[in-house]
Amino acid sequence: MYNSPYLRQNTSVRRVMGTVMVAMLPAITVQVWLFGPALIAQLAIASLTALACEAVMLGLRGRPVAPALTDLSALVTAWLIAVCLPPLLPWWATVLGTSFALIIGKHLYGGLGQNPFNPAMLAYALLIVSFPALMSQWPGLQSADAATQFGWVFGGERVVDGMTGATPLDALRTGLLTGGDVGAVMQSPAFGHVAGAGWEWVALAWAAGGLLLLALRIITWHIPVAFIGAMALVSAIGWLIDPTQFASPAFHLLAGGTLMGAFFIATDPVSGATTPRGKLVFAAGIALIAWLIRAFGAYPDGIAFAVLLMNICVPLIDMKTQPPVFGHKKGDAP
Amino acid sequence: MISALLVMLGLALALGAALGAASVLFRTQGDPLVDKIDAILPQTQCGQCGYPGCKPYATAIAGGEADINQCPPGGDEGVRKLADLLGREYKPLNAEHGVEKPKAVAVIDEATCIGCTLCIQACPVDAIVGAAKQMHTIVADLCTGCELCVAPCPADCIAMVPVADTVDTWKWRYPVFELKPVTHAPAKEAA
Amino acid sequence: MLRQLFSFNGGVKPDPNKGASTREPIARLPLPPQLIIPLHQHIGGTPRPLVKAGDRVLHGQRIGAADGNVSSAVHAPTSGTVVAVEPRLMPHASGLSAMAVVIEPDGLDLRVEREPFDWHAATPGEVRDHLRDAGVVGLGGAVFPSHLKLSAGKAGSTDTLVINGAECEPFITCDDMLMRSEPLDILRGAQVMKTLLAAKQVLVGIEDNKPEAAAALKAAAAELGDPALDIVVVPTRYPAGGAKQLIRVLTGIEVPHGQRSTDYGVQCFNVATALAVWNALERGEPLTRRIVTVAGNVERPRNFDVAIGTPIGFVFEHAGLKPDTDKLIMGGPMMGVPLPGVEAPVVKATNCLLASSPALFPPPEPEMPCIRCGECARACPADLQPFELYWHSRSRNFGRAQEYHLFDCIECGCCAYVCPSHIPLVDYYRYAKSEIWARERDKDAADSARERFEFRNWRAEREKEEKAARLAARSAAKPVAKTAEVADTATSPADAQAATPAVTDPKKALIEAAMARARAQKEAAAAKNTDALTPDQQAQVDAAEARRKRAADLVAEKQAATAGETATVSPDAPAPSPAEPGDGAR
Repeated sequence: MYNSPYLRQNTSVRRVMGTVMVAMLPAITVQVWLFGPALIAQLAIASLTALACEAVMLGLRGRPVAPALTDLSALVTAWLIAVCLPPLLPWWATVLGTSFALIIGKHLYGGLGQNPFNPAMLAYALLIVSFPALMSQWPGLQSADAATQFGWVFGGERVVDGMTGATPLDALRTGLLTGGDVGAVMQSPAFGHVAGAGWEWVALAWAAGGLLLLALRIITWHIPVAFIGAMALVSAIGWLIDPTQFASPAFHLLAGGTLMGAFFIATDPVSGATTPRGKLVFAAGIALIAWLIRAFGAYPDGIAFAVLLMNICVPLIDMKTQPPVFGHKKGDAP
Repeated sequence: MISALLVMLGLALALGAALGAASVLFRTQGDPLVDKIDAILPQTQCGQCGYPGCKPYATAIAGGEADINQCPPGGDEGVRKLADLLGREYKPLNAEHGVEKPKAVAVIDEATCIGCTLCIQACPVDAIVGAAKQMHTIVADLCTGCELCVAPCPADCIAMVPVADTVDTWKWRYPVFELKPVTHAPAKEAA
Repeated sequence: MLRQLFSFNGGVKPDPNKGASTREPIARLPLPPQLIIPLHQHIGGTPRPLVKAGDRVLHGQRIGAADGNVSSAVHAPTSGTVVAVEPRLMPHASGLSAMAVVIEPDGLDLRVEREPFDWHAATPGEVRDHLRDAGVVGLGGAVFPSHLKLSAGKAGSTDTLVINGAECEPFITCDDMLMRSEPLDILRGAQVMKTLLAAKQVLVGIEDNKPEAAAALKAAAAELGDPALDIVVVPTRYPAGGAKQLIRVLTGIEVPHGQRSTDYGVQCFNVATALAVWNALERGEPLTRRIVTVAGNVERPRNFDVAIGTPIGFVFEHAGLKPDTDKLIMGGPMMGVPLPGVEAPVVKATNCLLASSPALFPPPEPEMPCIRCGECARACPADLQPFELYWHSRSRNFGRAQEYHLFDCIECGCCAYVCPSHIPLVDYYRYAKSEIWARERDKDAADSARERFEFRNWRAEREKEEKAARLAARSAAKPVAKTAEVADTATSPADAQAATPAVTDPKKALIEAAMARARAQKEAAAAKNTDALTPDQQAQVDAAEARRKRAADLVAEKQAATAGETATVSPDAPAPSPAEPGDGAR
């Protein structure tokens, strides 16, 4: 027995998640092109781990396995984890991070739709706190052939020098800590045009995928606009105060995970704010905290911590930003 | 070392004084707890709890004399609400006081009624109209279903009739949340 | 002149599916062998039946009288014989029965004298009473008694009268076809309403997918030459036909839930209601027929002019139900209610009868967890946060659901339509609403019981004091006091029970005597009963009647003995507070 409405739009969680995965493809392609095929191995490891964890946890919780496993939500989490991690990370670290995200971050809170924290960012935070050295080793541009890269991921010895380098954000922070200024550090060829050779293209590919999500109405404009706007604003303020200590807004927008975070991480509906005004507050808060961590904190990029911190604030934000109900606008007593 | 102890002692005294002052300044008048409990009780006034009415039972609960699971008309939900209000552990209804029944109203068989007025005196909510030697009748809208009129009736002419759903009082059911996977396989084969 | 239109947030655009049933004009459906006319077909009080089984009724005769002002009358749609006044299956999701008048038409269709009502000369109050007694209710689906909406609000006068011809729900075309066939009378009805409301302008809102209807009304408006009439074509977007949404689109005014739109200077009626008002006033015809769209999984989708009370199965026979039909729906696919059976009748609210098949309306996919994607909030025309309502309704946290404005939900179904998790969101809201209503009823009953209980205790206390005072006065005169008497008064149910066995002996004897008489009468009646083979209950009734005959001498016999013991209890009790309709939650 079911009741009205009898008509339903042809839509499903699977379709939404599938679209997100498609929108991730441009950035994945660019990242593979620039940094080598190790990312594909990471995607595979994370996907398999995520599916296995999901199946085991659903089984333990006594929930139907098949529909939840095929809703693709676990794969989206897995892919988001894989693209955040350094491609040359050893396989066990990826497995650890992914299973932490799925088991602790998702299922212990009640599964899909119930997790207060973004699972992918939980995995990232766990790994960067536990293995800071491993997490800072990114491959250089076209640095190694496929076989070598896969060899690194799946064991074998790790000869870091020469093969890997710091991310631009990392290099900047190290440079500033060792007494350099922004201008000098940026002279290094690794910094490319704006925010690190190659990194700019990855960032733009994320933006392209994000625009696709916007066009397909999977996400709304609020979070990306507030995120990018707030990041530009606070970094511009810092840069205007002291350009030798604070990088330019252009650098902050294109470096690290800014655009990915704006379109793919902060827009996670489950752990994010849901009201239109709440989304603006939520995204701006992430951008502000991320910039603060980048500028003053101990970690090179702060998106993950910023997202987790703002996740905590979501219930409050949502409660305080309820949109006016039809007929109850402008001072009418509710 | 001494200074630390003194600081702690000073703090303890200051805070204790503040608490004491607050308890005097913000003392609440009356006993709102009884009213809160009374608001949860169904007001059937049936006395099944062992107290002469809902308010006395509420007073007894507030005073710690009665347990929260003695009200069959309030049912399981009532016990849960009381447990919630009082911060106590939920416990199932005490069968000694009766079992939860669907809501019913008393109906007088007018043929058998002898007009003795005993039920009128028993009714806690004045829901029975009639006079001596006259046939009595029960105002169904006012009847709480307490059954107190049933026992005193010497002619055994009062029956409890369950209240049936009507189109106006019918409730939508709780939507079924499917926990088990739906097996689509046979349907596909059939199609 | 192009009118500035406003917009409401949200809404969806499902496939209108209106083509099939608009190909042919409205057909008049013949009378069925039996008409089942429910007494309660509108919002408000249930009418009192005016006929009983065996009565002859005429076409247009009132068979149910409005119960109070918030109610409406019911009429016989043809002449015939009343075969029963009994509970019958209702076209309601509950599948429950309610009182209905069952009429067997005699085929003569004899009418009561039709008297046009001179509404120009009558006072507004008389016009409203006439409309109430003509059974005119909102025919858009809400069936709110129209006469209640035809008085000016707090502002004194109503600025705008909105006539709703939007008909936004898929498949339904009854208003469309009515506007095409009766444009003049619809507008005349609207003019009457305009006069009653003292409105300055009449805006007829029609969705832009009904160009024929809009053209017909525009031509009719030109013919009438009333500058206050304006036919406005509005963009097609479900639920533009919701009263609040259409008022918003046409005037920009947002009427909050629970408020009367006249207080905001605007009132809204369906086109069919406008026609019903015209028929009731100018032609003296009460509301006994309506246009019903029959669509969906049928051979010949079409609009029928149906006598109210016609069994739904009879209507579907004429449209040709396809064999793979799996359920029948009253209303459209977005807000319709499932019909419990084909024997349920067409009522004033029946704008559409929809046959469903698995191919047409596939059963929903299994419910998945909510991912808070916010699609529902974007689709909600009432600017609610449907997923929050869902969370709180699901966890039975009704207080929170109300804080999130559950009762502003119009149950349009947009949220469930767009939900990627296939959650039956509206079912949760219906569940929560009916639970809250039930709790409010319980609470009202409990409050009334508490009040009556406390009053009773207070009265017992008072009587005790009075008795003590009397005794004190007597004992002052006579030092030997009988204090024991004071304890005799019952103060509470427990005491009452305790006191029962202690009744004085003469009283006991009286009861015994009365019971013996009752037994004797019962036995006498039972003996008669075995011969006549009447059921037990009949026997008891006989006994009662026999007893009542002798009641007079019985009273006389024992009057002296019982004087002073009579407990006249109930007249003292406070009047039960009338249930107040339409408080904040409703």
